[in-house]
Amino acid sequence: MQKKTCLYDRHKALGATMEPFADFIMPIRYTSIKEEHEAVRNHVGVFDVSHMGEIKILGPQAAKYADFMFSNDIINLKENHIAYGFMLHETGTVVDDLLAYKISEHEVLFVVNAANIEKDYLHLVDHTDDFDVRIRNESDQTSQLAIQGPEANDVLPDIIGGSIESLKPFTFKDVRYEGEMIIVSRTGYTGEDGFEVYASRGTIRTLWEVLLEKGVKPVGLGARDTLRFEASLPLYGNELTDEITPLEAGFSMFVKLDSNQDFLGREALEKQKKNGVEHRIVGIELEKRAVPRHGYPVYKDDEKIGYVTTGYLSITLGKPIAMAMVEKPHTNKKTAVDVEIRGRRIPGFVRKRTFYKRKK
Amino acid sequence: MSKVLKDLLYSDDHEWVKKTKDNVVLVGITDFAQSQLGSIVFVDLPEAGDDIEKDEEFGAVESVKAASDLIAPVSGEIMEVNDDLVGEPELVNENAYEAWFLKVKLSDSSELDDLLSAEEYEDISE
Repeated sequence: MQKKTCLYDRHKALGATMEPFADFIMPIRYTSIKEEHEAVRNHVGVFDVSHMGEIKILGPQAAKYADFMFSNDIINLKENHIAYGFMLHETGTVVDDLLAYKISEHEVLFVVNAANIEKDYLHLVDHTDDFDVRIRNESDQTSQLAIQGPEANDVLPDIIGGSIESLKPFTFKDVRYEGEMIIVSRTGYTGEDGFEVYASRGTIRTLWEVLLEKGVKPVGLGARDTLRFEASLPLYGNELTDEITPLEAGFSMFVKLDSNQDFLGREALEKQKKNGVEHRIVGIELEKRAVPRHGYPVYKDDEKIGYVTTGYLSITLGKPIAMAMVEKPHTNKKTAVDVEIRGRRIPGFVRKRTFYKRKK
Repeated sequence: MSKVLKDLLYSDDHEWVKKTKDNVVLVGITDFAQSQLGSIVFVDLPEAGDDIEKDEEFGAVESVKAASDLIAPVSGEIMEVNDDLVGEPELVNENAYEAWFLKVKLSDSSELDDLLSAEEYEDISE
């Protein structure tokens, strides 16, 4: 049975192209991906991301347990602050990537990928034996909007109030809106400034209508992917999987190996760090107009050295770019590589993979 | 509702074929095809002088999200390729029936009899 978010009928009414995503039927685009992408880069757009999962960790040892189950630091994280990081298998590979919201020492919220909600919940419950905590999956009761773009801060604070314009990146606060306490955070998945709002289904419906009335453009998951890709933000299933470690994916800055805090997967990652990774995700730019896509093979001369994890003809840059997992000897910048596209080798080179960075 | 033009012939693979003069046709993709693809970012076409073979792949249309193979609706020699589409692939979204891909000299004009009429194509593109 496919799940619908609380805005399903609104998306249909707007004529959105809907496609299955995880267990949900979600809007991919309302008009065109390009138009929606540019709206977020230059103005402001709103995404229905109610499919995302919310798993709450509660109890006297909530922060301590969350810290053990998470690659980044929660112990030293202040209340009302957010950390990005990974839940790991003991092998060091990634169960999921997520945002951890530290509500208090006794309450931590994990915001996880829709496709992994069930897996994450079971993984968490599986490791509670030594801790005084309870795990609660609140995904079905919680809806979420992302308001993203350079003009997000001109729009949302006027609607919601609560001085949210002064929220710093990676912080959140509880705000009363429409008689309900909702969570507003300065976070997103587009490479732009913006907010994410968590509330009940009814309140999210109200907020959606108000945002559209104010001229905020609805944006589908199609542009969400092109936007996050340009900003080099990973997508679980592409850059991160049960087979890939954060070090291989190039995200060691979100792994607290320099601390003395133990966490699940630490031993395996320490070993990998010492021995060095065998392959790593790099950026690739092609020198000829073509479109590299997920799964396409990457070659060095006649040897297959890896595969594309995500690729597009970048909307912002107008160039064919990709993230690709390639063998370590070929990860240096400017290394000449080919991507095979429909049986033909298209020449390119390894480059920095942050393809887009917003001007502050 | 996508547009179907009366005076064209169509393939099951959502391409249109327009007779220009004896044995010469223009080939493009239908309005239905472009609307299914969304924003087209790249059209990968062969070169003038190449041969295409009915039911064989001859290129691809790339939208933001996906690549879609182009399947030849007829056989023949490519006389001309629409170079405008290299720089402005969005022309296909704007008017799929103006944005022709190839001009082809047919090697077997009886192949046109296998194509669909506008009415028949409407039935499969709803």
